[in-house]
Amino acid sequence: MSVIFELSKANRRCAVFPDRGVHQYKLSDGHVRKNLELPEVAEVDLVRHYMGLSRKAFGVDNGFYPLGSCTMKYNPKINEEVAALEGFNEIHPLQPASTVKGALKALKQLQDALCDLTGMDAMTLKPAAGAHGEFTGMQIIRKYFVSNGMPERNEVIIPDSAHGTNPASAAMNGLKVVAVKSNENGGVDLESLQAAVGEHTAALMLTNPNTLGLFDENIQEITRIVHEAGGLCYYDGANLNAVMGLVRPGDIGFDVIHLNLHKTFATPHGGGGPGSGPVGCKSFLAKHLPEPVIGENGFENSEDSIGSVRSFYCNFLVCMKALTYIKVMGADGLKLASENAVLNANYLLHKIKDIYDVSYDRVCMHEFVLSLQRLKDETGVSAKDVAKALLDFEIHPPTMYFPLIVHEALMFEPTETESRETLDRCAEVLRHLHGLAYSDPEYFKGVPHSTVVSQCDEVRAARNPVLRYEKDTEASA
Amino acid sequence: MSKYIVNSSEEQQEMLDELGCASFAELFRKAGVLGAPQLSIPEGVTEFEAYRDMAALAAENHVFKHVFRGAGSYKHFIPSAVKNIVSRNEFVTAYTPYQAEVSQGILQGIFEYQSMMCELTGMDVSNASVYDGGTAAAEAVMMCVDRKHHKILLSRGINPEYRKVVHTYHQFSDSIEIEEFGTDFEVDSNTAGVFVQYPDFFGNIPDLVKIKEKAGDAKLVVIANPTALGLLEAPGKLGADIVVGEGQQLGMPMSFGGPYLGFMCAKEKLVRQLPGRIVGQTVDKDGKTCYTLTLQAREQHIRREKASSSICSNEALCAFTAAVYLAAVGPKGLYDVADTSFQLAHYLADRLNEIGLSVVNKGEFFNEFVTECPIDSKELMKHLYEKDILGGLLLSNNRILWCATEVNTKEEIDWLVDVIREVL
Ligand SMILES: Cc1ncc(COP(=O)(O)O)c(C=O)c1O
Repeated sequence: MSVIFELSKANRRCAVFPDRGVHQYKLSDGHVRKNLELPEVAEVDLVRHYMGLSRKAFGVDNGFYPLGSCTMKYNPKINEEVAALEGFNEIHPLQPASTVKGALKALKQLQDALCDLTGMDAMTLKPAAGAHGEFTGMQIIRKYFVSNGMPERNEVIIPDSAHGTNPASAAMNGLKVVAVKSNENGGVDLESLQAAVGEHTAALMLTNPNTLGLFDENIQEITRIVHEAGGLCYYDGANLNAVMGLVRPGDIGFDVIHLNLHKTFATPHGGGGPGSGPVGCKSFLAKHLPEPVIGENGFENSEDSIGSVRSFYCNFLVCMKALTYIKVMGADGLKLASENAVLNANYLLHKIKDIYDVSYDRVCMHEFVLSLQRLKDETGVSAKDVAKALLDFEIHPPTMYFPLIVHEALMFEPTETESRETLDRCAEVLRHLHGLAYSDPEYFKGVPHSTVVSQCDEVRAARNPVLRYEKDTEASA
Repeated sequence: MSKYIVNSSEEQQEMLDELGCASFAELFRKAGVLGAPQLSIPEGVTEFEAYRDMAALAAENHVFKHVFRGAGSYKHFIPSAVKNIVSRNEFVTAYTPYQAEVSQGILQGIFEYQSMMCELTGMDVSNASVYDGGTAAAEAVMMCVDRKHHKILLSRGINPEYRKVVHTYHQFSDSIEIEEFGTDFEVDSNTAGVFVQYPDFFGNIPDLVKIKEKAGDAKLVVIANPTALGLLEAPGKLGADIVVGEGQQLGMPMSFGGPYLGFMCAKEKLVRQLPGRIVGQTVDKDGKTCYTLTLQAREQHIRREKASSSICSNEALCAFTAAVYLAAVGPKGLYDVADTSFQLAHYLADRLNEIGLSVVNKGEFFNEFVTECPIDSKELMKHLYEKDILGGLLLSNNRILWCATEVNTKEEIDWLVDVIREVL
C-alpha cells in the first residue's frame, strides 16, 4: 500500500481555513520557511488511505487478544462518548480553578476510588503510563531516603521475572538494581531476598500476581523482610486485574503502587498509548507526590514534592474514561471482573495443560505462562512459530519470550470480557497447532499464511534502518 | 450480568465446576488468595446513570467562548475527518504493534508520522512519541550527555512547565548538571547541550544560527512549536541537532492538559540515542514492503537497567492523530494556520498597545507575546472571565502572556479591546 506521501498531488486540499482578513504583518526573510513537503491530498483520498490502514490493524474489537501482562479487555464505548464531552475537551489546563470545578471533582473521585481499591492513602494521576508511574514511584522513594538523611539507601531489589521497565525506571533515578531469583514455585526466593536486603536497600519492586501469573503466597513475609531491613515496598500494578476487591496491596505491606488505567480500567490502548499510570502511596510519603496534587480545595503544592514529572496534570481524558468505567462497575463489578479474569485464565489453562507445559503448575491468577521448550526440542517448532500461527485463526498472539526466566515462554491473559466459546475455540486451535507441530512441522515454516505480510525481516530493519519516507528512494529499495 | 462480563452466572458456575471449584472463593483460595477487603466504592450503576453523572461533571466546567490563552496548550480547529479517522476501533483498541503481521496499518501510520515530523523539523529521524512536551525535553537531556559532557544549559525562554520536568527528571543523577540562563550563555568543555525554545515561551523567535555558533560542539536542542513550523524555518536548517516538543497543536483538543504528544526528532548520527519505539521499513519473506518496530536494542525490554529510558507505552494514537492532521491540512493548510495565528497575534498586539497595554517583546514574535498592564492584571482577568473571555496568562501582577490562533477573528479582537477599555 502506498505511503500517504505518494498520493500527494500539488494543490490538492482537504482542510481549508478561513481568511481572517489580516495580512499586513511580515516576518523577516531569515525566519521564513522555504519549503515544506507534507502530503497534499483531498479528503476522500485521506479517508480511504486510513481506512486501508485500519483494515490492516487488529484491536480488541477485531478479535480475541490474550496478550499477557497487557490486560486487553473490551473497552466500553460509553467511555469514548464521555471523553468526547465538550466540557472535558475544550477546557484549558491553565483555566482558573473556579471554572474547572467539574474536572477537579472528577479527578478527586478517581483518586479516591483508586486509593480505596489499592489500600493507599494518597494518589497522583500525573504519570502518563505504567513505566512513567514506576519512574515517579522510584523518585518518591529516592526523595524519601535522601530527605531523611539516608542517601546511601540506593539499591532496588527486583526479581528476575520482572518487566524490563522496572529495572530501567530504577536506574533512571541513580538507583542500583539488585536482582533476586525466583523459587521453585515461581515466587520470590526468601533466602535470596534475605541475603539481598541490607543497609543499602531502598526498595523492593514487585509485581504480584507476578509475571508468571502467580500470587506469591509468601507476600506478607516478603514485605516484612524488606521493611525490617529498612526498605520500602513498591507494587507494580500491571496485574491488578487479578485482585480488585480481593487483595489490597496497601493491606499486605506495600508503600507505593502504580496502576495502569489502560489495562485494568478498560481504557483503550490506542496502538501503544495514550495510557495513564497513577501512583498511590501511604500517608508518610504523600508529601513527596509530584506537584500539583488535587486536594479538598483543588490544586495544592507541597514543598517536599519531587517536582513535576510531566506538563500540566494528567492524561485527563484517559482518567475520565477510567472513572466512567469505575462508576459502571462499582465495587461489586470490579470484584466480579477480577473473579472472571482469574476464572477465564484457569479455564483456558485447564483445556490445554495436558499437552502444553505450564511454567509452574499451580492454580494461576488472571494469566499463565506456558513453556514450549519441550515442544521445540521435540519438533523444532518454537514459541514464536505457535504464536504466529495463531494469527491465521484470527487470534492475537500471547506475549512471547516474557518473562525472561521461562524458556520459550508464551503468556496468555484472556481477561474477563471473553466468552467460554472464545476460550474453547482458542484451546482447540492451540491443540490443533500442537498436533501439527508433531505431524507437520514444516507447516510452521511459513506462518502466518493468511496475513497481508508475513515474517518481516527484522534483522534487515535494524541493520539498514529506513525510518522515514524519502521521495527519491524507491519505497521498497 | 453484563458489566462487560460475557458469561452468565450459570456459565461461570459450570466453568468453576469443571475446574473442581465450588465457588470463586475456593478458586482464589487455591491460587493463594485469602479473604477480601471491604471497599467503600459504591455499587455499580447502569451506563445511563454513569453517563448522566459524568455529563453533569463536564457541565460544571466552563468552556470559554473566547480564548486568548496558550502557554503550552492551544485551541486550534480540528478537521472532522481527523476526528473520524482516529476514532476507528481498529486503531483505538489495538495494543503496541508487537505483531507486525496484523499491525501494518498502525506501523505504517507511525512510519508516516515519523516521516512528517522529520520533514517539519528538518531532522533525519523521529521516534514514535513520548509522553508529552515536558518529558520529551527531559529525555533529550539523556541524548546529549556522555562520559565527558554532563552539563546542560536550559534557556529561561523555555516553558516553565517543561523546565520543571527537566529538573525533576534528573535531580537524582550523580553526574548531570542543569543550569538555566537568561539571555546569554557560555559553554565549556563539559557542556553537553544547549536547550532553547522556538518560538520561546514569550513568543519570541530566537536566532538559532547565532545560538548554534555559540554552542559550538555542544548539541543544540530546540523545543519547537510544530504549528509555528508551518511558517518558520525548520530548526534543522538552522543548526539544531535535536528537535523535540509538544504536538498537542496537531489535532488534539486542550482537554485540560492531556493526553498530548511528546515528539522527538534528531540528526541521523543520534538515532541510537533516541529513546522509545521507532518504526522501520523492511521487507517480508516474499520481498513485500512492510513495517516493524526496530532498533529495539536501545529499549528497556532488552537493555533493562542499562536503557536510557524506561518508556514502554507512549502516545501512539496521539502521534497517529498528528499525522492525520498534518495530511489533512497539508503544507498550505499548516502555513495558513501558522500565518493566520501570526497575523492575528500581531493585530492583537497593536490594538493592545494602542490602549496602553504595552508590548514587552523586543524582537519578532510568532503568535504569543507579553504586555505590561497599567492596572492590576488580576482585576482585568476577572472582568474578562465575566465576559466569557479566557484572557492571556498572568505571568506576574502586571504582565500578561497573550495568544491568538486561527480560531480567533479580527472582530473578536476588536471587541476584546473594547471590553478591556471598560476597566482601564
Ligand atoms: C508488568 C509490567 N510492568 C510495567 C509495564 C509498563 O507499562 P506501560 O507500558 O504502561 O508503561 C508493563 C507493560 O506491559 C508490564 O506488563
